Amino acid sequence: MSASPRPEASRSLSRTGIDWGSSLGTAVSLAATVFILLILFVILGNVVIHGLPQLSWRFVSTIPKKDFFDKDSAAVLPMIVGTSIRVLVMTVFVIPIGVTTAVYLTEYARSNSWYTRVIRAAISNLAGVPSIVFGLFGAGFFVHLIGGGIDDIIGATSPKWGKPALLWASLTLAVMTLPVVIVATEESLRAITPGLREASLALGATKLQTILRIVLPNALPGILTGGILAVSRAAGEVAPILFTGAAYYLADLPRSLNDQFMDLGYHTYILASQAPNIEKARPILYGTVFVLLLLTFSLNAVAIFARARIRRQMRSGH
Amino acid sequence: MTESTPEQRGVDRDWSGIRRAANFRPVEWLAEKMIQGVSFTAIAGVFLIFLFVGKEALPVFLGQTDSRLIQPIIPSSEVAKVKPEVLRQYLGLSVRDFAAMDQDTLKELMQVREEGAKDIPEYARSDPDSGVNGSGWRYLIAPHQWSGNEHPEYIWQPVGNIQKFNIIPLFLGSLKTTLIGLFFAVPLALAAALYVSQLAPVRVKEWVKPGIEMLAGIPSVVVGAFALLVLATWLQSIFHYQVRLNAFVAGIALGFAVIPLVFSIAEDALTSVPKSYVQAALAVGASRWQAARDIVLPAAIPGVFAAVVLGFGRAIGETMIVLIVCSAPVMSWNLFDSARSITTTIAAEMGELVPGSPHYRILFMLGTVLFAVTFLTNLIGDVVINRLKRRLEGKR
Amino acid sequence: MAAPTSIPATNPPSSSEFKPLLETQNLELFYGASRALKGITMGIRENLVTAFIGPSGCGKSTFLRCFNRMNDLIDGVRIVGECRVGGEDIYARDVDVIELRKRVGMVFQRSNPFPKSIFENIAYGLRLHGIRATSEIEGIVEQSLKGAAIWDEVKDRLHQSALGLSGGQQQRLCIARAIAIRPQVLLMDEPASALDPIATGKVEDLIVELKKDFTIVIVTHNMQQATRISDYTAFFYLGELVEYDLTTRIFTNPAKKKTEDYVTGRFG
Repeated sequence: MSASPRPEASRSLSRTGIDWGSSLGTAVSLAATVFILLILFVILGNVVIHGLPQLSWRFVSTIPKKDFFDKDSAAVLPMIVGTSIRVLVMTVFVIPIGVTTAVYLTEYARSNSWYTRVIRAAISNLAGVPSIVFGLFGAGFFVHLIGGGIDDIIGATSPKWGKPALLWASLTLAVMTLPVVIVATEESLRAITPGLREASLALGATKLQTILRIVLPNALPGILTGGILAVSRAAGEVAPILFTGAAYYLADLPRSLNDQFMDLGYHTYILASQAPNIEKARPILYGTVFVLLLLTFSLNAVAIFARARIRRQMRSGH
Repeated sequence: MTESTPEQRGVDRDWSGIRRAANFRPVEWLAEKMIQGVSFTAIAGVFLIFLFVGKEALPVFLGQTDSRLIQPIIPSSEVAKVKPEVLRQYLGLSVRDFAAMDQDTLKELMQVREEGAKDIPEYARSDPDSGVNGSGWRYLIAPHQWSGNEHPEYIWQPVGNIQKFNIIPLFLGSLKTTLIGLFFAVPLALAAALYVSQLAPVRVKEWVKPGIEMLAGIPSVVVGAFALLVLATWLQSIFHYQVRLNAFVAGIALGFAVIPLVFSIAEDALTSVPKSYVQAALAVGASRWQAARDIVLPAAIPGVFAAVVLGFGRAIGETMIVLIVCSAPVMSWNLFDSARSITTTIAAEMGELVPGSPHYRILFMLGTVLFAVTFLTNLIGDVVINRLKRRLEGKR
Repeated sequence: MAAPTSIPATNPPSSSEFKPLLETQNLELFYGASRALKGITMGIRENLVTAFIGPSGCGKSTFLRCFNRMNDLIDGVRIVGECRVGGEDIYARDVDVIELRKRVGMVFQRSNPFPKSIFENIAYGLRLHGIRATSEIEGIVEQSLKGAAIWDEVKDRLHQSALGLSGGQQQRLCIARAIAIRPQVLLMDEPASALDPIATGKVEDLIVELKKDFTIVIVTHNMQQATRISDYTAFFYLGELVEYDLTTRIFTNPAKKKTEDYVTGRFG
């Protein structure tokens, strides 16, 4: 029997050499991480450096003239208004419906049955369907079918609802965000220990009382975070509103739900793709992008801050 | 046996009170029905989307669309002789609209149609392709030698007298940008995921993860605008290619959008590998890197695969970045040529279309394909991840 | 804390000298296809402490949860046989589970206070049952906390989070929460298994104290605990009721070999 290889007795525990392979691997993976963060900082830094100087009270508070490629008349008030309203209307639709559906799926539906599983799979997969497909759906379904149908019923001679409109854009976004809200809500509902539900039910609470007074209040932080993230994602989405409501130019702010609207993201796209002279439009483009990022990131920051705060609270038991 | 303690408040010894007849709760009942109703509507809505997009595309799949320039004309004088059903289809009217029209209106519509046919310029009418239905399957997929060309070619040219709908250039465009994006994003995201989940100190982790989440939070128009304004110039000065805006720039920018997704899924999978594996490796003298590379990564490899598949789905569905950066539908394998993806085509062309026209339906067909592809990738990704997690948790 | 001498020294299931408050006839419970309870017949007397003992997985907790129908919450559970409380078949179609659970309270193995203040934890159940007046709620909260022997420890921080309490305090709070709504029966599923010896002692003292007002059924892993607090003991094994008798007899002179093996620590 040959002796199994053993470390020589003389080898000490002190470090004798550098393990080059491991160092290299660690360094490369660290470099990749740094590079990704660098991408983030370069994009943000670039937008802030070039965008911040464009910001003025006039820029955010006036309605631009038709030639919005011109630096002196460029402004983004209607876009801020349009984006805010469409996000707001979307929220009004998607949060109640999404939360209710999630409550049904976690609290009422039998979790092991095949149809619940199919529904759950469909919903979570729908969350990954490209936003342009929702735009296509919105144009065909909301604008032409529903809107056109309403026009037929009320006998409108010119399209009143059967055209792109604020409502249709908001609904399209709501349909798009619905799976995200459902999934996020379900997750936070399921994170609640079954013990709490049992405790409430054992006290003689009904299912609804348990849901309303114990389950939902405790899941609220998670629901809120998920909701805000979904909303901020939707605020920056352009593809679904391309043909459901966004307008190239309007002289007025939208007055009703069947008006079209201008939108920050869509405006960014127009400035980027249709400016007669991209060099001239560059500062305006940066200004618009800056405002758009400010809007989405402030929503994001609220969500991240809220989550961190709530986690801390939960840990300290208050 | 004592009957009851005196100070007991309202102990009900009459157990028949547990019978429901006395305890019907209408509010409760109504609320439950409402929850049910809303959920069923929402769930039905979700399925409706599948159906609707597919339904709009169905005629293309069945080869029932007709985009010929010159279509058979039924003279308006024959309005009374033609079968109503044939006439309705000829005029492209809905059943209800058709029923509401009298014969004079129908005749007028037919005259409009006749006049319209006369308006087609002579040179176009004499074009040998004027009778080709470009929306038929053969022309959608196979190359065709259009008049004026020397070889059969793949051409997407939906505007003009002769509409050409070959979808192969679009698929190629999508594939090109997506693959460039993945080749760029996947190694970076995986390396970073390995670092963050296995090697990084906790404090670094707490900074990196929100940072990458932030990257995911940047709207894709913004990434597109950045690529247009800055990235394109930088890349051109490095690689010295001809066209400033091309598939390569679009692909790299797509990569920016895909990195956070691939990272978070891979990181999640790597983190779910039990710590005991690593401890066992460290205990036999492996370095942290060796434990990560030799133990953790192989254990989580299905998760890595899922991350790549889901990243593919995300990249192929991305619209605004490619739309801003490049959009000419060129059939070319050259990475530094322009490329028009499926998504960009839908985004750029859907706006002005007449519902029900061949072009409209073909865009829905593209949407359906996109839907199916992403649905499939998501499904595969989900299944793989769930399996992996169950295995790592020791439940088979 | 020996068992009261007034109890007739007959084997309860066969006894016709008293009318049991909780009783089952051939109760069977299935999880899907597997039979977890195999035809259990027993009667539990009022205002006494009855302990269920047996090795893990013997079905004692599952059986306990039949009495307030907590098993309903689990998908795929099916129950055959009869289960009566106060003479009413609680699995009859027209039984209101909510009303049942108001009368049959429960304390769980792991303390599960709501993430609310101590006060709100108890007030929750009261409000559920229509008690709205603040003064009345305050009175009952105090009374229940005193009843659960935790008042002195928490009276100065009633409005602080219940999650800040120690494990033993949380469990006594849960007991206070359960007794605040005045159930007639209190089911306890290993209430002290997660507690240290001192906290366990306090909870045990409390249970003996509560016997005056409630019928208590307790599942326990700890045989010393059963001897300390219970009047009757039922030994379960593999979903069957092996033996049910006065606690003193079960632990000193059991009728079945299996019981003897278990209580002497030969298995389990």
